[in-house]
Amino acid sequence: MNLQISMPPVDTAADRATRKAQADAAPKMSIRNLDFHYGSFQALKHVSFDIAERDVTAFIGPSGCGKSTLLRTLNRMYSLYPNQRAAGEILFNRQNILDPKTDLNLLRAKIGMVFQKPTPFPMSIYDNIAFGVRLYERLSQRDMDERVEWALTKAAMWDEAKDKLKQSGMALSGGQQQRLCIARAVSVKPEVLLLDEPTSALDPISTAKIEELISELKADYTIAIVTHNMQQAARVSDRTAYMYLGEVIEFGETDQIFLRPARKETEDYITGRFG
Amino acid sequence: MSASEAQVPPMPMTDATLRHPEPVGAKRTSPPRWQDPLFEHTTRFFAVLVLALLACIIVALAWAAAPAMRKFGLAFFVTDVWNPVTLTFGALAPIYGTLVTSAIALVIGVPLSFGIALFLTEMCPAVLKRPLGTAVELLAAIPSIIYGMWGLFVFAPFFADHVQPLLTGTLGKVWLVGALFQGAPTGIGVLAAGVILSVMIIPFIAAVMRDVFEVVPPVLKESAYGLGCTTWEVVRNIVLPYTRVGVIGGVMLGLGRALGETMAVTFVIGNAYRIRTSLYEPGNSIASALANEFNEASDPVHRASLIALGLVLFVLTLVVLAASRWLIAHLARGEGAKT
Repeated sequence: MNLQISMPPVDTAADRATRKAQADAAPKMSIRNLDFHYGSFQALKHVSFDIAERDVTAFIGPSGCGKSTLLRTLNRMYSLYPNQRAAGEILFNRQNILDPKTDLNLLRAKIGMVFQKPTPFPMSIYDNIAFGVRLYERLSQRDMDERVEWALTKAAMWDEAKDKLKQSGMALSGGQQQRLCIARAVSVKPEVLLLDEPTSALDPISTAKIEELISELKADYTIAIVTHNMQQAARVSDRTAYMYLGEVIEFGETDQIFLRPARKETEDYITGRFG
Repeated sequence: MSASEAQVPPMPMTDATLRHPEPVGAKRTSPPRWQDPLFEHTTRFFAVLVLALLACIIVALAWAAAPAMRKFGLAFFVTDVWNPVTLTFGALAPIYGTLVTSAIALVIGVPLSFGIALFLTEMCPAVLKRPLGTAVELLAAIPSIIYGMWGLFVFAPFFADHVQPLLTGTLGKVWLVGALFQGAPTGIGVLAAGVILSVMIIPFIAAVMRDVFEVVPPVLKESAYGLGCTTWEVVRNIVLPYTRVGVIGGVMLGLGRALGETMAVTFVIGNAYRIRTSLYEPGNSIASALANEFNEASDPVHRASLIALGLVLFVLTLVVLAASRWLIAHLARGEGAKT
């Protein structure tokens, strides 16, 4: 916002068109020929596709197909563990994040992650949010209060949490904990959000709230979501990758994947004949 | 089941057996009724036995310590004179020695154990994990007399020649703390005993810390890494808060051992009933006073005073245990209340 004030020239339609073209030309993340190994087991084979900016990209496929593994390579989470290695390229803002010189802490601050099981930290609701913010920003108490409110509002949690900010985050219900985790991931203003089956441990009402949330967050963030629930993928995503045994079988617009799948395997899976 | 029982012909299904089917089934499947109560009473007996033993020991100690208490009264706890010739006894010096050596042991041992546990759980390459972990545990397997001999013959001379001069030259010049590091570097004294104790308690504290660090759910740590935390930030903000109850438990276990350790301390502490500011000075701990003097304590008052010392140690350990319980309960209540 400040940028616009300091740059007097008006934003012409031509500028907007150029920017849009650039955005289309350079996807937020671009996966090129990615191989992944757990020890001697190859979990991903020659995976290649693009994750477009401010789009929701869903990874679907049967258990063990490598979709969670793929998600965990996108923020280099696998690097925490020995014997896990990735080869190929993942371009994030045109930088290859698989490069050993990548600053992982900075990368993960830009690519947030939410897990299948809610993982509130052992601290108050307020601190659960403020913790991540404090890592990279020095805010006054007032600004921090605002940021916490902003993040909780983004995650549709503010009304439920505003009166108990000092209570432990672990005392919330499962659905609330998960939205707290989303708020926490959003609070550091990442560019990409990775969601690893974010609703599989939740009841239908919490699931609906989180799906709604994903649609809203799409305006500001690039989202990659792993899901077991095909209806969910159809509801929330713009593009879908169907994976099987470590390979991307089909990748395309969600409507096309679900309505007119190009491959027989994809059709079998989404129509429930297999999986 | 005996053969005769097996040969009992099947009971005819009369009205009586239909109305009371239990005896038939009970005979074959469920064990006799008295088994459960018997089991319960037996286990309760063992559990109560522990309490009874504890009570007996306290009573016996108090009883045997009574002559000293009658003679010296409460002054026993605040007098630093211990003179078997004039039969004047005060517990202050050994109490001081016990507390100070244990404190030194904790000051050195806790950070080291923390580092060891942290390295083993968070950073250690898989190849080194087992050998290193076992090596630390083996430290606990060394008998304390070995620590004592090693302390006296190897550690103390080295300590006097190299470590103490270094400490005097550095920490000894610091305001306030400097007073602790003055005097002749003899190698024998309160500081040396504390250092040996720290080595002895490291395996206990490190093993407990490592075990509790390992139970932190990986996904919780990943969430923190996912926000861009460094390993240290994850440890300080996630692992430690999550495991603090266990960490405190481990530290208290180490403290309990440090308070009661006898042989190793006896060898290097110098066995002098004095309270001096400098940690280089010889001192005495309760346990080593008891070990050294019991054989020669012919006078009843001397003997009673030693037993009173033992009682003090007992109470000290109980207080440490109670304090750790209180701390843990208190922390659990305060969970999430922090801003």
